[in-house]
Amino acid sequence: MKIRKIVEKFTEGLLFTSSTVTTIAVLFIVYFLFKSGIGLFSESPVEKGYTLAVNSTNPVGTLSSKQIKAIFNGDITNWKDVGGKDQAIQLFTIDELSTAYTEEQLGSNLENIPACVNDYFSKNDNVFGFFESSRFPAHFIGRKLQIPKITVWEFLTGRQWYPTSVPISSFGVLPLILGTLLVTFIAILFALPIGLITAIYMAEIASDRMRKVMKPVIELLAGIPSVVYGFFGLVVLVPAIQSVFKLPVGETALAGSIILAIMALPTIITISEDAIRSAPVAMKEASLALGASHWQSLRLVVIPYAKSGIMAAFILGIGRAIGETMAVLMVTGNAAVMPHSILEPIRTIPATIAAELGEAPFGGTHFKALFALGIILFIITFVFNSLVELIKSKNK
Amino acid sequence: MKKSLIAMGLVVSMMLPSVMNAQKVVCKIKGSDTCLPLSQKFAEVYGNKNPGSGISVVGGGSGVGLAALLSGTTDIAQSSRKMKIDEKLKIQETGKAVKEVVIAYDALSVIVNPSNPVNKLTREQLEAIFTGKFSNWKQVGGPDLKIIVYSRETSSGTYEFFKENVLKKKNFASNALLMAATGSVVQSVSQTKGAIGYVGLAYIEKDVKALQVSFDQGKNFVTPSVANAMSKKYPITRPLYYYYLTAKDASFRPLINFILSPEGQKIVLAEGYVPLS
Repeated sequence: MKIRKIVEKFTEGLLFTSSTVTTIAVLFIVYFLFKSGIGLFSESPVEKGYTLAVNSTNPVGTLSSKQIKAIFNGDITNWKDVGGKDQAIQLFTIDELSTAYTEEQLGSNLENIPACVNDYFSKNDNVFGFFESSRFPAHFIGRKLQIPKITVWEFLTGRQWYPTSVPISSFGVLPLILGTLLVTFIAILFALPIGLITAIYMAEIASDRMRKVMKPVIELLAGIPSVVYGFFGLVVLVPAIQSVFKLPVGETALAGSIILAIMALPTIITISEDAIRSAPVAMKEASLALGASHWQSLRLVVIPYAKSGIMAAFILGIGRAIGETMAVLMVTGNAAVMPHSILEPIRTIPATIAAELGEAPFGGTHFKALFALGIILFIITFVFNSLVELIKSKNK
Repeated sequence: MKKSLIAMGLVVSMMLPSVMNAQKVVCKIKGSDTCLPLSQKFAEVYGNKNPGSGISVVGGGSGVGLAALLSGTTDIAQSSRKMKIDEKLKIQETGKAVKEVVIAYDALSVIVNPSNPVNKLTREQLEAIFTGKFSNWKQVGGPDLKIIVYSRETSSGTYEFFKENVLKKKNFASNALLMAATGSVVQSVSQTKGAIGYVGLAYIEKDVKALQVSFDQGKNFVTPSVANAMSKKYPITRPLYYYYLTAKDASFRPLINFILSPEGQKIVLAEGYVPLS
């Protein structure tokens, strides 16, 4: 008697610990995600440890990151375009020193660099310099430019994603957010009707033998690694889309959506089929007894009963689609442009994180920007889940 | 007793050649992913020839390799770009000196779909195409066809080199398609009519067409080939470097000598890179 009590207590404790540990782990990951991501907004878009400077007589006070980018891109070449004097912009980086000065002038141990920098800044009043902050001479005669920090608004509405651009990077995620939503939406548009029809067929119409063959095959789809789907998409689907729609390029949002739809199908089919089959036989028999046909009782009794299960299948399908990385990375072309049609290349959030996180310097601005992308993905999924919960509770 | 003696004898006789030649090299190589396959092959062949050597090779990017050299977590940094003044200054601050060795060259070729009649482009045209200023092949004398730009991911060293060397540090067009691997660039260019991309010389195959390029405003167009890269005629060529601390020169010398030897350079050629001579 006593032993049984102890065992029961022990089991209870075990269940409690495992569920608490899981919850804590999830919370910890969310905390880590937010902590790393939010840090982005205390960063300057200029590469860490670098400073931009101009001649002290230059009237230009601050430059937006857009203007700086245009200058280094060669789109703006005159100071008057950014509110300065009418003179050409002279770009200067520390490597320029080796062309402007001889090795003797720089000193055999490069000890004269600060002097040369000062000399360069005094001689050229149109200079626009970019170099490591610690290389600035102690008595720098130029003027350091103030660069505004990255703001949340800029991050969310920016339309350019150049995370490694030097000297100033741009983190505009609007094209990525829209790309992700577009691909997911189209994928669900394909997957939901097909999945639902297949589920109904398998649960209600198919013979037992047919079902025994079909179900494992469909479940097999879930076991294929996503990189295989991606490769299939790249060599089969992409050329097909290109020739069917007579497109200049086959890597499109549509290709990504179709692959995602195929990948989401097993989840949607399995869960909705289970939901449909779980409708009580008594209810169905009652409906048939009242004179309803098979199709009528399916439509008016069984499906409404299984609604919440089908809803769950829908969420999990979206969940699979929205977070999918590898396959999408391979077939959507990854061009960070605003999506105008489903027949153009797009870039999604998960693909961006997967492609760039490995090479981004740990703890740097780019790294934090990728985590901020993770937060956005988290919020999108969270909103989806809450929405469906809301619909479900209203139905009851 | 007898058995253990024989075993000991065996071990000693196995160790003997390496002890006699003192060719054993134990080191870590880290850095550029471009150099990675080459360094791995060097490590493999050298290790087989000189038992007892332990050469481990890791990628991560040129910047990562050089940073690791600085912090002392790697012995040799492999790099697909020259050390920057900045990095030199940092090394100097620690009071050490580094030695630079060019181990091979790598050439990038610009590729298009074989159905594209365009055979050659100047650097200026390439810049206009890759930065998005030109969007149709007829702007460079080709058919009326939209240009589809394929590039590597922003973090790749190949991307950086192409951006610096060909685009003169300007940004790629925002509608460029960024591919995660060089193989994907080749695959996509081979099946997209208006495509243009850039890959290492070793990746050229019959499904794609390599363009002749000119870096002197169209006076001379050069075909990307190992021969042209070796004679320095082909402009989109970069040296691949090994960097290590001068103080450790003696211990790594056998490996460096092997790489620079005709045998080592034969490996360079076989792996699809451009040998030094």
